[in-house]
Amino acid sequence: MSTKLETIGLAKTYRETPALLPTDLRVAAGEFLTLLGPSGSGKTTLLQMISGLVEPSAGQLLIDGRDATHDAPGKRGIGMVFQSYALFPHMTVWDNVAYGLRMRKLPRAELAPAVDAALAMVKMQSFAQRLPSELSGGQQQRIALARCFAFRPSVILLDEPLGALDKKLREHMQMEIRRLHQELGATFIYVTHDQDEALTLSDRICLMNQARIEQIGTPAQLYDRPATRFAADFLGHSNLLDGVVERAADGRVALRVGNRLVPVGPGPELPAAGEASLLVRPEAARLTSPEDGTLAGTIREVVFLGADTRAIVSLGQGEGAGHDDGADFTVRCPRDLTPRVGQRVGLAWDHSRATLLTR
Amino acid sequence: MWLVQRLPQAGSRIAWPQHLARWLPALPALLFLAVFFIVPVVEILQGGLYDGDGVLSVAQFARMTHSAVYVKVLASTFWIAFLTAALSVLLGYPVAYLLARLSARARERWLLWIVLPFWTSYLVKTYAWMLLLSKTGLLTVVATHLGLIDSASTLAPSLTGVLIGMVHAMLPLAVMTMLPIMRGINMQLVQAAQTLGADRATGFFTVFLPLSGAGAAAAGLLVFISSLGFFIVPALLGSPRESMVAQLVISSVLDLFDLRFAGALSTVLLLCSIVVFYVYDRVVGLSSLAGEAPERRAGSGGRALPVLIAIGRLAGKLSLSRGRERAGGSFGLKAYTWAVVLALVLPIAFVVPLAFTKQSFVAFPPELFTMKWFVTFLESSVWQAALLRSLGVGFATAALALALGFGASLALVRLPSRWRKPLFALFIAPLIVPRIVVAVGLLYLFARWELAGTNAGLVIGHTVLAIPYVVVTLSASFKRFDWRLDDAAKMLGASAFTRVRTVLLPLMAASLGSAFLFAFIVSFDDLTIAIFVSGGINTTLPKQMWDDIQLAVTPTLAAVATSLVFLMVFIVWLSSIFKRKSY
Repeated sequence: MSTKLETIGLAKTYRETPALLPTDLRVAAGEFLTLLGPSGSGKTTLLQMISGLVEPSAGQLLIDGRDATHDAPGKRGIGMVFQSYALFPHMTVWDNVAYGLRMRKLPRAELAPAVDAALAMVKMQSFAQRLPSELSGGQQQRIALARCFAFRPSVILLDEPLGALDKKLREHMQMEIRRLHQELGATFIYVTHDQDEALTLSDRICLMNQARIEQIGTPAQLYDRPATRFAADFLGHSNLLDGVVERAADGRVALRVGNRLVPVGPGPELPAAGEASLLVRPEAARLTSPEDGTLAGTIREVVFLGADTRAIVSLGQGEGAGHDDGADFTVRCPRDLTPRVGQRVGLAWDHSRATLLTR
Repeated sequence: MWLVQRLPQAGSRIAWPQHLARWLPALPALLFLAVFFIVPVVEILQGGLYDGDGVLSVAQFARMTHSAVYVKVLASTFWIAFLTAALSVLLGYPVAYLLARLSARARERWLLWIVLPFWTSYLVKTYAWMLLLSKTGLLTVVATHLGLIDSASTLAPSLTGVLIGMVHAMLPLAVMTMLPIMRGINMQLVQAAQTLGADRATGFFTVFLPLSGAGAAAAGLLVFISSLGFFIVPALLGSPRESMVAQLVISSVLDLFDLRFAGALSTVLLLCSIVVFYVYDRVVGLSSLAGEAPERRAGSGGRALPVLIAIGRLAGKLSLSRGRERAGGSFGLKAYTWAVVLALVLPIAFVVPLAFTKQSFVAFPPELFTMKWFVTFLESSVWQAALLRSLGVGFATAALALALGFGASLALVRLPSRWRKPLFALFIAPLIVPRIVVAVGLLYLFARWELAGTNAGLVIGHTVLAIPYVVVTLSASFKRFDWRLDDAAKMLGASAFTRVRTVLLPLMAASLGSAFLFAFIVSFDDLTIAIFVSGGINTTLPKQMWDDIQLAVTPTLAAVATSLVFLMVFIVWLSSIFKRKSY
């Protein structure tokens, strides 16, 4: 796929504090890229510099191969959906959606059909003459979307657009946004701190932390093969066992965790020594008898989550990580197996599904 | 892995022009105030540093201490201003307390009746009190009958009369200053105190009262500073014993042509204002004027607490109402507020029937009904000229002040806070500096540039006074403005001018209308600047009233006053519509 948008060393500093360290990013045409991260990770700053609302301190932005670093926001062919929707309260829905088209001096004859088409895409045609204050949050969100792509920009930026909606509505709108992405064929860049949202919507996720990119990859890549402790911790639940790497004579690598030796499955670039953490996802592990398990412990708590039941196992003396005893290990249990609090159990997992992390 | 340094820091090169651009909208207002406010005020102040022969000395200040008269005038000025502030805050506190706890709509209705007397011209209000408190005035007659005063004395001219007039004028200001702070007090705090065992009165005294202290202090401060420069009320309702400094300044300039002494007096007035501000800042903190919570002074609440508890317990025992509090406030509080509002509005309404009296002198009750005084008013060429000049100057002032103030407010909202506070202080400085000081300074300036006695001079002087009102109104509105709307319009391709035209101005229209009205009223009602800057046959309506009032109290004046009252009702009604239309 061709590159739609590229940043080269793009950075932003506010008075000695870096909001975004020099960043290189390539966005493919037509993809749905999510910038995911906690507050302060730099994702919003990056989005704002792409939009043109914030001037970068350094670096370049290329759109379709052309330098657009200092272009005015309205001249980049980019549409944006704001977190607070930013619908013009003194204009009707129709006028709101028509605004961008009017700015591009579309002749009247073409204006009306374009606006109607945009409203039809979000299924809000009958609301054309309402004012934004008369709409619910979800409806305002849809109008904000319609306004943004009415003039068919090739790139659409979305800044945490679903934050203010309740769970059910948010899930519904996520599906709507996905559908719009497929229908429009535009490049979507989406900012969120909600990892479930990122996993649901994205072609690729750009995980950010402390003003820089931590890891980029497909949702599956980020989930199964996180590159760092932060990435492992941020996406999904994770059990992290900290320890020291030991390489046996036959080349097999193991992690010494406390006084146990945990085998590590084969994989590329395994270190020979040093500190590392082993990531085991709760759904990859299972409860077994204390003798059969790689680790053993006592069930501290059982949590019912509807579709899931999770058991939190308190790892016994010396089993835990090199830090205090009683580290927790979360494991998913099938419904027919009802673990009891206080029960002594063992934990086992498929070693090829565990990931060794060195940072 | 992605950390690649490609280009050097371009920050400094890009940032500079952007920062300068932020100042641009404020430039016209800054220049205007520099020339027509800062320069005249500084000139008049430093004029006091020269003696009669033009030699640098403190002779002028020494003159003030030499004569007992001057000292007495200064003392009585501060004393009257202090009493006015204390009374306004005390009397206004229960009103603000009630209004703070009402629903928004009920509160707006009450406020309308409080704002109306506030915006009525001082001349009209003082005129009304003159009628009520004079020897044959209604209130004097009633008071004598009730035995409150003996038959030989009158309620005016006297200190009582002056205080009545001043508190009547300043009470709305005190209420409106205390209201926002009281509204910000979370009533759940009082309820929490009650769950911990305090009765209602103790809860009020130990929780609500201390928290509202900053508001009361701010109100007292504003009233005190405004009262310092009064001259209309003491001149018309007071005896020579109640003379205030502003009257001295006027006579010094207009009768004695002694601008230097006037300068020295003005300096004293201004210094006093600054000292009060400084003390206020140390005790309470200036940020409370902008509505922010005052800085915590360590231990200040703790020391007063035992006293407040004792007062609360005592008040609780004396309290007549028991049981749970009703949402709208107790009956007593409502009755009190009704009484206060009636006291504010009735004197003004009192003037109206007098304008229709058949008799050729003012007496109560008037013999109705004739319109001849309105005819006299409107047919007299003198009054016509004055009215037209006031209207014309008013519109011109409103337009100019709005244009300058808009740019100033726009710049204020975009600047970093380290510049915002001093700039804001500069723009509202004309409110703080006693008006008389500004007026005399402008006279100096205009005399040199041959602008004295011209309409342009009036417009300039009034604009200086009106800019603070415009800036305060528009700044509040800009603060509420969602700048993401501007960003959204940017993203949709709108140029800066188009954004102002299609997004900013329509959403600000209601505020712009309100600001325009405020500026118009400030100009239309002004007497101080008009006394100095207009001259001879070129008078404004208030100046004409002022001249006439000193001669005799006639029904024509009542007709003029009534017309002004109706104009004010219309304007206040307009502004309430604007308020409702804002987004």
